[in-house]
Amino acid sequence: MMTTKKQWHTIVQKPRKSRYRWLIYAALAALYVWAFAGIPFTGLKETAGQVTQAIFAGIFSPDWGYVYLPEGEDLLRGLLDTLAIAALGTFISTLVSIPFAFWSAANMSRARTVSASGRMVLSFIRSFPEIVMAILFIKAVGPGSFAGVLALGLHSVGMLGKLFAEEVESMDRGPQEALVASGANYWQMLWFAVIPQVLPGFLSYTLYRFEINVRSATILGIIGAGGIGTPLIFAQSSRDWDRVGIILLGIIVMVTLIDLISGAIRRKIT
Amino acid sequence: MSKTAIAQLKRPKPPSKLKHYLTAGFIVLILWGSAVNTDSTLGELIDGLPNMMDLLRDMFPPKWSYLDNIAGAMLETIRMALVGTTIGALLAVPVALLCAGNIAASRWLYHPARLLLNLIRTLPDLLLAAIFVSIFGLGPLPGIFALVIFSMGLIAKLTYESLETIDPGPLEALTSVGANRAQWIVYGVIPQIQAHFMSYVLYTFEINVRAAAILGLVGAGGIGHYYEVTLGFLEYDKTCTIIIFTLAIVLMIDYASTKLREKLL
Repeated sequence: MMTTKKQWHTIVQKPRKSRYRWLIYAALAALYVWAFAGIPFTGLKETAGQVTQAIFAGIFSPDWGYVYLPEGEDLLRGLLDTLAIAALGTFISTLVSIPFAFWSAANMSRARTVSASGRMVLSFIRSFPEIVMAILFIKAVGPGSFAGVLALGLHSVGMLGKLFAEEVESMDRGPQEALVASGANYWQMLWFAVIPQVLPGFLSYTLYRFEINVRSATILGIIGAGGIGTPLIFAQSSRDWDRVGIILLGIIVMVTLIDLISGAIRRKIT
Repeated sequence: MSKTAIAQLKRPKPPSKLKHYLTAGFIVLILWGSAVNTDSTLGELIDGLPNMMDLLRDMFPPKWSYLDNIAGAMLETIRMALVGTTIGALLAVPVALLCAGNIAASRWLYHPARLLLNLIRTLPDLLLAAIFVSIFGLGPLPGIFALVIFSMGLIAKLTYESLETIDPGPLEALTSVGANRAQWIVYGVIPQIQAHFMSYVLYTFEINVRAAAILGLVGAGGIGHYYEVTLGFLEYDKTCTIIIFTLAIVLMIDYASTKLREKLL
């Protein structure tokens, strides 16, 4: 090591690297070897190119006749169904989320275990996939849009409850104390101090969840829980690629529009 | 009716609530329409409750011996998530650079790139998987393709949004000493974004494990396939085992990944 002369490259030393990094790299490499080796790459089906072409042809030169059919089972009705499932599911989950939010917000209860248990329940609901919930609800209420509504309504509680709870936690306690000091009862306090503060946040998160639910509702039909997914799966299994194409196009347009509208409203609210 | 109108004329007017009432009415109308459209009634839910209770009773106790059958599928699920996330992350790098307004040189570059990214992100992973199954056939391969596209969209979006907030100082310094485009990115951009990028990749991996666990429902490999198998034979205790097993693995991976991400940032 030469330390006599001060040169530009000796002044700043590079940070020392961890001694264990080679171990980490080796572990990562082993992980990837394991992962890639386990993928059975059997080669593509010979029809792969053809099918891809047909789907893209369907997207770029759609079969407009399917957009609206007077006798029913067309694209617009499927999309409307999807939106209805998403809207109703979001509404149910909002209603259910509000008590959950106050339960799991840390500033709403004295005991820490109360809010901790609320958060645990929410994270449990969150990690339960909506499609599995939909399967279970189909067994309970039969196939159809209602099962989808219930699945979305229950699954969304996991995320909405958490976001709502954070909103409640960031609330200003001043108005609440002022109302209690001037003799308001619990419900008056809730109505005049708490709700005005949390409402914009709640609405904004609800809209955000609605955007997510619209996306989710498009796949519910795959397992028979209503929405545009059902005609998509039918078209796919009958190898009607043009129809698959136009349904995909419809989904893309609908989701983009909903995102734009909901995003604009959210910017206005908050 | 007319009485209230007169009363309102006399008093100073409070700020109009008409807009609020209209909005509320509009929302009620939408919800009512949705309920009619989806045949959702409270009665049906109450009628369905006994069925649901029966289902829950059939699900417990879970059949633990079934774990042997699904352990392999669970490993395949994790494998799919790992491979899908990695390839998606690699693809996301150039896309994110193209989408960031402070890195892509012209708005003719980043506006179309963002539009394309947003369009890709409209399709949920299960839908992508269903499409890829019809292209590639059954098996984990279409699932991986779906996860690649999905992760690419998510990682690219998160990364380009944080790329736009990086410190312009080092970039200017590099420009002023005459760095070319590649040096500019390697020495100016990447050191600033690296940790965030890794954190997004881990986050996407968490999501992908969850997603990969259900891709099997459309025949795209992984443990999801066993839902159909067990539900088809009405073996709900086995279904319950799958659900609990998946939940445990997902929570474990979430925990590890969250710890790693906390360390990164």
